Amino acid sequence: MDSVALLVAATLNSGTVLAFAALGLLINERAGIVNLGAEGIMLVAAVAGFATVVHTGSDWLGFGAGALAGALLAAAFAVLVIWLNTNQYASGLALSLFGVGFSAFVGIRYTQEKLGERPNFQIPGLADVPFVGPALFRQHPMVYLAIALTVAIAWFLYRSRPGLVLRAVGESPESAHALGYPVRRIRFLAVVFGGALCGLSGAYVSTVYTPLWVEGMIAGKGWIALALTTFATWRPARVLLGAYLFGGVTMLQFHLQGEGVQVPSQFLTMLPYLATIVVLVLISRNASFIRVNMPASIGKPFFPG
Amino acid sequence: MTRLSKRSFVQLAGIGALAAIGALAGCSKEEKTTTTTTPAGTTSTTTTSTTTVTAASAPMSAASGPLKIAFAYVGPTGDGGWTFAHDNGRKALEKELGDKIQTSFVENVPEAADAERVFRDMVGQGNKLIFGTTFGYMEPMLKVATDNPGVRFEHATGYKQSENMRTYDTRTYEGAYMAGVIAGGMTKSNTLGVVGSVPIPEVIRNINSFTLGAQSVNPNVKTKVVWVNKWFDPPKETEAAQSLINGGADVLMQNTDSPAVLQTAEKAGKYAFGWDSDMTAYGPKAHLASSQINWAPYYIKATKEALDGSWKGGGNTWWGVKEGAIDLVAVSDKVPADLKAKLDKARAGLKDGSFSIWKGPITSNDGKEVLAAGATADDKFLGGINFYVKGVEGQVPGGEKK
Repeated sequence: MDSVALLVAATLNSGTVLAFAALGLLINERAGIVNLGAEGIMLVAAVAGFATVVHTGSDWLGFGAGALAGALLAAAFAVLVIWLNTNQYASGLALSLFGVGFSAFVGIRYTQEKLGERPNFQIPGLADVPFVGPALFRQHPMVYLAIALTVAIAWFLYRSRPGLVLRAVGESPESAHALGYPVRRIRFLAVVFGGALCGLSGAYVSTVYTPLWVEGMIAGKGWIALALTTFATWRPARVLLGAYLFGGVTMLQFHLQGEGVQVPSQFLTMLPYLATIVVLVLISRNASFIRVNMPASIGKPFFPG
Repeated sequence: MTRLSKRSFVQLAGIGALAAIGALAGCSKEEKTTTTTTPAGTTSTTTTSTTTVTAASAPMSAASGPLKIAFAYVGPTGDGGWTFAHDNGRKALEKELGDKIQTSFVENVPEAADAERVFRDMVGQGNKLIFGTTFGYMEPMLKVATDNPGVRFEHATGYKQSENMRTYDTRTYEGAYMAGVIAGGMTKSNTLGVVGSVPIPEVIRNINSFTLGAQSVNPNVKTKVVWVNKWFDPPKETEAAQSLINGGADVLMQNTDSPAVLQTAEKAGKYAFGWDSDMTAYGPKAHLASSQINWAPYYIKATKEALDGSWKGGGNTWWGVKEGAIDLVAVSDKVPADLKAKLDKARAGLKDGSFSIWKGPITSNDGKEVLAAGATADDKFLGGINFYVKGVEGQVPGGEKK
């Protein structure tokens, strides 16, 4: 029983990393911009967050620095693809490669650094409830923030007027433009916001999840987040579900290995990817549903007439 | 090949200063080629970047100047583990031989087709001694070695040799055994955990030796193993370590390349070891000791042989505690004196050759006797270990075939 509780706790923690990045990318894509630079943004944010915590000792400043670094990189990307109309895929890949190299370069002196005591969080009262306490209520505040953010983004997209405008920009920038909305500025804000969330995710990895800095430590999580938004058909709740699912199966396969289950570990390593894809494909097997949800202008540049 | 012919043409045509200038120009051009043509990020999940750094400690003089030596690393020099240890070996080599040599290295060379091009570039840059520091470079190195008989190749942890290629390795399992001695004495739950990278004989041997070491002081110990199937993926290593801790393990060891496992143990209030390099700084409370590889003695020996012409291809060098290539360093104050004494005894025995880790009777975890009483394993046996010893839980992935 105890180990199941710990498994749930580890799942929430692991899924949070992906959830932040994937939610950010979802906002991007809802506005019609694909940012393949997520991996690079997360790495730069990871080193920025780590360095800030090393120098200031404050985790929250670290998250701020990570979000800021992510927002700045995303802003540069946004200028390229929105005003200069460069190819989104090529620019995103370039940003990703740049981020990998740049983070390694500025991070050289931080590879041997270590952070101070990592605080343990728990919600008073609830943390001591048997099973539920250790499973759900001893998490880092960012884990709960991810859930709150999902609700907030879902509300924003489907219940608020600005959310409607954002979706309109993603569906048909021409119509939005004709109605008098500043398409380029809206897209810019969406990309910057998305970058900031990817940055938060990167900072979470380097300061909370694996509190150290080593080159390339994001190890593909940015790419998985990108895939998640697509498999989740651009719906916030499904993004969160997919992130937890991926985190859960990842932890489960390690858990099974530790228990000595007779399945090849290579197969188990493949499992998270497989399970996430299968489940998300199953819940959205209605092809028209995907078409309805996919932002129509995704990846296409917009030229105001 | 065009590069080579261009190069030899320049060297033939130019005499004296001209040749020197030609070589210089050739070098800088080659370097540029490396950085621009190297793709960073080969797959979408494992992002890698390749950078070329030339250590500029030795001045570049005429073509007949210092011996040019190149190293290919699988990870970044800042990984704090495997590649870091190799790079320390390279630095020690530079210190020892000074301006007689000139070293350079390429980081993050993937264990894939890209590696071959990196090795060809190294040859093109005029390197006469090339070290490849991971198992996966075996085939590409052999191919490039066959095409370039004038260049000497040294491949770490492999098993294929040729006229101008030989292999070297360290007995990392001796470090694992010594770590095991401490782990066996420090565990309270009698459950140890190992985060394994890729299930090859070397890693399985380390898991087994770790367990044998632990059993030498505590016969009730069992070891849980979790494979991440990667050499370097800190978040994954963290997840694996966490799941071992959740499963009751209170002393962890890893055969992966980053300090993430130690860091996780630190956070969870458990114990762990450093691997390949001294990792005390990453988790001072959790750190019990570090199994350290010192590549310097071998790099110095091989380079000296290349310099005086006694270098010969073929053959494998496998050094351990005896030759100063392996040691368990930075033993924590938390380790009680009697346990330290047991460690010292094992170390002394390995050093003078009076003690052998793989000495029968040893049974595998499915009850078969793999080494009869009194028999000592030879290197061939050690090189083909694909079973877990008694006390390790689970089954070697794909370990059914013999």
